[in-house]
Formats: sequence, structure tokens, C-alpha cells
Amino acid sequence: MVATPLLTIGPAALAIEPLVAAIGGNAGADGAVVTFLGLVRNHNLGRAVTYLEYEGYEPMALRAFERIDAEIAARWPGVRLALHHRIGRLEIGEASVAIVTASAHRADAFAACRYAIERVKHIAPIWKREFFEGGDVWIEGATADPDDARARAEAERVACA
Amino acid sequence: MRVTVRLFARLRDITGAPELVKEAAPGDTIGSIWRQLVTQYPELAGYERSISSAVNADYARMDQQLRDGDEVAFLPPVSGG
Repeated sequence: MVATPLLTIGPAALAIEPLVAAIGGNAGADGAVVTFLGLVRNHNLGRAVTYLEYEGYEPMALRAFERIDAEIAARWPGVRLALHHRIGRLEIGEASVAIVTASAHRADAFAACRYAIERVKHIAPIWKREFFEGGDVWIEGATADPDDARARAEAERVACA
Repeated sequence: MRVTVRLFARLRDITGAPELVKEAAPGDTIGSIWRQLVTQYPELAGYERSISSAVNADYARMDQQLRDGDEVAFLPPVSGG
């Protein structure tokens, strides 16, 4: 059996349990595991969404995940991260991203988990095309700049709110 | 020298190709390649202020000089998650 990698991007369906298993229990030293699943929602900006297509620049996305992992290690020492992002066609209700953080204490695990999803939205080279009743549109969010200290501070602010 | 250009999401729709090969001269930067593309595909001009760029799958600034065989990528604003 192939071990589940902590950071991946690919077309496979996502599940939380393998990530929780992969991140491990740190030989009993963990006190908290926080999990997050991002789902494809059936509505956006008043549009009835029928499905999404995700596209990624995969090798670069993986490096962005490694960068997020390093940022978390610097900000919340001892917290561990697992992050899987799916690409391809996703139906309503399916998970596009799965994030698990583990830590000795819940506050750090919650904060790091929220930080991770905010940073994915800031710096991961991934795009979603929304198909809705009557058309489709590429969603364009943040201009990606990993060195933008203001964006990083904002992610930290919402993570710790 | 030659560089490969990768284009994603709406930028790919505009150019009609996920990948282009461009001739570059010594001293050419990511920005030089972008300006070539905008001349060829004027609709890209709207992305001037919002794109990010990368070389060999790492973020890089527009003034970075290119080497033969580099893979340059232009990234419209991202929307993962």
C-alpha cells in the first residue's frame, strides 16, 4: 500500500480520513486534529451553479503548498499540515480541498487550518471555472504574490480572530 | 534561444493554446515575453496589472532574465480552494 502524501494536487476524489491517518498522532503528543473540507456549492453570486472545473499548474501548486507548510511551521511551531487539492470536473457537493492540521493544543490547530485555506486562495496556482445555468465563467480572485506581506498578515488575522 | 510559455485558465482561452514556444534573445525578461504575447493577442492587455509570473514553476518577477529552455508561466488571478 502506498502511503498517503501530506501535500498533493490531482484528480482523485478527496477524503478526510486518509489525511488524518497520514498526519499521525505524533506518538501521543497531539491534543487536537482539525479538519476542513471545501465543497462545491450549488450557488454563487446569485447564479445557480451546475458544476465546477478546476485547473492547476500542478508542480507549482505543490511548491505553493510547501510554502504554506513552511509559513505554518514558522508561525505555529509544532503544528503539522496535510493538504490535498482536487482538479478536474467536480459536481455539486464534492470536495475540492481537504486540509488537516494537528497540534498539541486546539487553538494552534484551528488557526493553522484556517490560515492554510486562506493562503491556498492567495498563492496556489489553481483556477475554477464555474458552469451555471446560462453560461460559464472563470473565477478570478487574488493576484498571486507569495511575498505580499499584507496578504499574509490578513490570512494570519482571520486565522486568529 | 527558446522558451516555453504556459498559459492557464482565461489566458489559455484567449490565446487558444496551453503552451507556446517563443524565440527569445539574450537579456530578454519575462516582461519581454509578456509584451510579445500582448502584441499577438491584444485581449491579454487587460491582465497587465493582475497577472503573476513564474519561471520553471517558481514565482518570479517580470524583470527576471530568461535562459534557454526556461518554462515561463503567466497566471491570472487565482481561485483555488
